[in-house]
Amino acid sequence: MVSPSQPRTVRARRRRSGFRSLLGLYCALVFFFLMAPLFVVFPISFSAARYLSFPPPGFSWQWYESYLNDPSWIQATVTSIKVALGTTVLATLLGTLAAFSLVRGHYPGRAWVDRLVAAPIIVPNIIIAVALYGVFARFRLIGEWYGVMLGHTIYAIPFVVLVVGAALRTFDANQEQAAMGLGASRLGAVWRITLPQIRPSIVSAAFLAFITSFDELIIALFTSGTNATLPKKMFENIIFEIDPTIAAVSVLQILLVALVVALASRFGVGVNPIR
Amino acid sequence: MSVAAERRSRGLFSHGSPHRGPLLLGLPTVVFLLVLFAIPVAQFMLLPIQAGTVEPYVKALTGSLFLQVIWNTFEIAAYVTLLAFLLGYPVAYFLTVAPPLWRTIGFFCVLMPFWTSILVRTYAWMVILGRRGVLNEALLSLDIIEEPMVLLHSMPTVLLGMVHVLMPFFIFPVYAAMQRIDLNLVAAARGLGAPDWRVFLRVYFPLTLPGVLSGATLVFILSMGFFITPALLGGGRVTMIAVLIEQYVNKFLNWEFAGALSAVLLAATLIVYGLMKWAMKGDRKW
Repeated sequence: MVSPSQPRTVRARRRRSGFRSLLGLYCALVFFFLMAPLFVVFPISFSAARYLSFPPPGFSWQWYESYLNDPSWIQATVTSIKVALGTTVLATLLGTLAAFSLVRGHYPGRAWVDRLVAAPIIVPNIIIAVALYGVFARFRLIGEWYGVMLGHTIYAIPFVVLVVGAALRTFDANQEQAAMGLGASRLGAVWRITLPQIRPSIVSAAFLAFITSFDELIIALFTSGTNATLPKKMFENIIFEIDPTIAAVSVLQILLVALVVALASRFGVGVNPIR
Repeated sequence: MSVAAERRSRGLFSHGSPHRGPLLLGLPTVVFLLVLFAIPVAQFMLLPIQAGTVEPYVKALTGSLFLQVIWNTFEIAAYVTLLAFLLGYPVAYFLTVAPPLWRTIGFFCVLMPFWTSILVRTYAWMVILGRRGVLNEALLSLDIIEEPMVLLHSMPTVLLGMVHVLMPFFIFPVYAAMQRIDLNLVAAARGLGAPDWRVFLRVYFPLTLPGVLSGATLVFILSMGFFITPALLGGGRVTMIAVLIEQYVNKFLNWEFAGALSAVLLAATLIVYGLMKWAMKGDRKW
């Protein structure tokens, strides 16, 4: 109710609506800034020009064909998927075990285990990458896909622990006690009572591990050698030649990650690394 | 010991001690991270010590070139954090108060680029800002400029690319903090006659501070170790510690000095992280 006897409220309201439009405008600009790279990559990938030009003069599939017909791109894609799948399995397993240990355990040194597990997020990637490079060079693991997988697993474990740990903390452990009171073994109780209930979180953690690995460049840059992953191949291409094939690869990569994210929110609790 | 407690103590892998079960469960992960992460990283940073000298550390902390790079890194991290705050805070607020449709659109605009590979985005910036890039062509055809501007390989471009990558890391914790705010507090402050700006400064903003602090720390820490964006958009002109470490390994093959630089970078990172922890005083775990 607006009446002349409340000039203060009226003014405040008018100011607030002005503020809202200003906020909306400002945020629209920020959103445009955030989306700008995507607005550019999609059209360029369908460009009919032989070189980079914007806006594209016409529509063509040529850069997708150039991707599909280049064995080195395909090779890099296969390597990346292999590495990402391996990382998913290993990081989900190790991360879930660690989450159980950290949430349920009360042993001395638990705080240090906690720090060790969280550390790969804090320690800059470049340091991890170079340190691993040193170790792998000694054991002749450079260029082996499972070497890159081990490196990516280090990096993915904290995310898995974060997601699975959060689910475990809210899970009522008395349900396990009840199952055991009814004669189940501890393993049986965890397997049949706890795991099914936190499965959505484990699924999300697994997808998160997959994306983390699939997008990772720095560790791959140092340890994948001649057996380049997709990001490494893209990095080298950007440095040596900017041709629109990268745009096509980018679009495919965006679509794949979007698919993974959609699957994660369908079968998991969604993927959101920062809660 | 009650029956239940005793039963609890007979854990999956426990042999007598009531605490060993969870410890053993975590053991594979601990061993994995020690062998492949903690020990290699420590060894790498201690390379000069193994060679019996502390000279590289001294050089990394006193050489004027390296001091300059360390300063650069801090400066860039500070700018990126400030920009993430200026651009991200209103967005987090918008996502909190906007009507459902706009909120969905907003989340899409934040999350879609977030899930896009950093490499793809950096490439796109090169396409947009290049000499014959989208922006230059557009401005040329509109007769706003006469010659293409040189935008790549400069500090502002690196900041732009980095804030684009890191802003979501600021938005998420701030958004979470805003979600938790009890709006009755805001109503109460207004009811007591406080003008809007004061309600914001004295009530709303302080309540979002834990989120702002953890978001800012995350952005700052990630900025300090950034490699891809400065390497590609900076084109060798904007040097950060991470880029220097890579050069000492790949170009100069000087592992000892790279190790010393890494020690400096990690120490700086841990100091910032420690300061944040201290400021939050056990508010929430990472």
